Amino acid sequence: MMETLKEHLREEEFLINMGPQHPSTHGVLRLVLRMEGEFIRELTPHVGYLHRSIEKIAENRTYNQFMPYTDRIDYCASMPSNLAWAVAVEKLGGIEVPERAEYLRVIMVELNRIASHLIWLGTMSLDLGAVTPFLYAFREREWVLDLFEMTCGQRLTYHYIRIGGVSRDIPPEFEKSCREFIKDFRHKVDDYEAILTENPIFLGRTKGIGILPLDLAENLGASGPTIRGSNYAWDIRKAEPYSIYNRINFDIPTGKNGDVWDRYMVRIQEFRQSCRIIEQALDGLPQSDTVRSKLPAVLRLPAGEVFSRIEAPRGEMGYYIVSDGEKKPYRVKIRTASYGNLQCLAPMAIGLKIADLVAIFGSIDVILPEVDR
Amino acid sequence: MFELDGLLMRLHQALSNWFVAHGVPAVWLDILIMVFAALVLIAFLALSVLFLVWWERKVSAHIQDRLGPMRTGPHGILQTLADGIKLLQKEDIVPDVADKKVYFWAPVVAFVAAYLAYIVIPFGKGLVARDLNIGVVYIVAITSFTVISLLMAGWASNNKYALLGGMRSAAQIVSYEVPLTISLLGSVMLAGSLSMVDIVEAQGPYFWRWYCFPQILGLGIYFVAATAEANRTPFDLPEAEQELVAGFNVEYSGMKFAMFFLAEFINMFTISAIATTLFLGGWQPPLPGLAFIPSWIWFLGKTLFLVFVLMWFRWTYPRLRVDQLMNFAWKFLLPLSFANLILTGIGVYLLK
Repeated sequence: MMETLKEHLREEEFLINMGPQHPSTHGVLRLVLRMEGEFIRELTPHVGYLHRSIEKIAENRTYNQFMPYTDRIDYCASMPSNLAWAVAVEKLGGIEVPERAEYLRVIMVELNRIASHLIWLGTMSLDLGAVTPFLYAFREREWVLDLFEMTCGQRLTYHYIRIGGVSRDIPPEFEKSCREFIKDFRHKVDDYEAILTENPIFLGRTKGIGILPLDLAENLGASGPTIRGSNYAWDIRKAEPYSIYNRINFDIPTGKNGDVWDRYMVRIQEFRQSCRIIEQALDGLPQSDTVRSKLPAVLRLPAGEVFSRIEAPRGEMGYYIVSDGEKKPYRVKIRTASYGNLQCLAPMAIGLKIADLVAIFGSIDVILPEVDR
Repeated sequence: MFELDGLLMRLHQALSNWFVAHGVPAVWLDILIMVFAALVLIAFLALSVLFLVWWERKVSAHIQDRLGPMRTGPHGILQTLADGIKLLQKEDIVPDVADKKVYFWAPVVAFVAAYLAYIVIPFGKGLVARDLNIGVVYIVAITSFTVISLLMAGWASNNKYALLGGMRSAAQIVSYEVPLTISLLGSVMLAGSLSMVDIVEAQGPYFWRWYCFPQILGLGIYFVAATAEANRTPFDLPEAEQELVAGFNVEYSGMKFAMFFLAEFINMFTISAIATTLFLGGWQPPLPGLAFIPSWIWFLGKTLFLVFVLMWFRWTYPRLRVDQLMNFAWKFLLPLSFANLILTGIGVYLLK
């Protein structure tokens, strides 16, 4: 009976084009999936739908002119993108940054880390079918954006951190509002945990799913919370401190098994660590008249090359600049975290179901303009 | 004073007198009453869906710290009407490669299956379209029709996501049908009848005689399984937006889409109405002294409370994965529902 049935039934694998327009590819990523029923047998990410030649544009802009483009590399976290470029240029040019500006940079970058992680929290829970945390996350992000707006007038592409400092000082009411936010946000993180962390359905969807072994993560160039989830305390803020991070006390949260759950917990704990950092930076904020050092109108860097990196919300973000002494860089290469993290997607997801793929993709928090640049 | 059954009785009496006086055969009266009941039910369902869609948006909004629709009418009460008009105006797109006939009939089947269940639901004292003596069996049979419509939609769209959605829903509904049916049997055994009206009447007049107390397990199993039957979060895999774009109805637009939408909300009301009838005493007030409030208000109140619980689920929980869903049905709910059945049997035998 079964034999004759099998002869008449035809089984076939089929290809699914997930994206470039799909609710859970977070942008214009295209994943070609070879599916056997619900199981993924092969996964090929196709990137490049958002390629804007930012690296080539850099060769035709002066160092200051290129700064607004860095906003668009990771639009969920513009401040760290700005900072990475500023730090690289300052390193090559030996430019001093006023003390107060360094503190302001750290405050802004950490606030932006919170905002960026909030988008991750919202979209990941949305990917898992929970709609409500998404709106909670955006509610709190709104407050951070208000703080940014109060400082630099922008809500998405800030262009606040400049070479040699920051564009302007914070308004007087900033500190109070920021402290209130931190105080309130700690409770909000508890709320997120209450709605997700202990939820058995959430646990079932994340525990033991998408395990990324540490050696694989290292080989594929993963960084940020993705590699920290695999139990490796790698954080540029500690490993190669830039700005004033060496004066600040904070911990590097790590996971144990490298599954979706661990990456989730790493980011949740980073919320709290960022709060600690901001509080310390606010406490230590020195008074000074200037927040930007005087630079020549046309900035020329000495000939040479430099690579400098910072810890952006998604991981390591670095700029490699080659200068030939002209006012424009000779060559710029941008190393972004999402590209390395996206490499990890296929090895994690193959053999699992399409629903797991969505959870894994949410947990590595890829942002497409950063992948394609 | 506001009980509707007396009014209906008088209407029936007057009509039959008129029919007899004019020598029209009584069968015409029956047909007239049936058409009347069908129209009333359709009107009721259309109105309740209008309300439920708005309510769901409001509940979700308030859970999420938002206001929800506010512009169309006071507190956005006319929002669903506006949406409905918008959907009516939309172009009705049929994919070129679709199986046209099946594609056309799928939403119709979905709606009809959802609608037919209302024939046996007692909305109040004497307010039932037809008191079938196998009411519970009928309802179980009719509600599982939904799966056919989802399969039809998934298959006929000729779209991979729709097909995955259709297949998922078939597997899901067939699996959850089993614990659902068995969990209903507890109340049937206690009442000794399959008729919905008899079951309600067996649960009076005090609230401690409602079957939700002896059948607390049955109510839990029923409610979980019914949530899965109605494809609602955390069991909304057939239309998992983040995985399957929109699942089985991805190709549908305009009024056909609205039919699926309508069916979904009717189903939500249905499962709450069945739970009310079988476990929460139907239209019976909790105490005889509260009978001055009409029975249909008690019924609607209890049902809407359960609908609210369903919405609460939806806006709080993440979604299960397809294999976890199956494991939950076969390895957990099914044994539990059998245990409930056996315990109820022993209880009924001992107390007889």
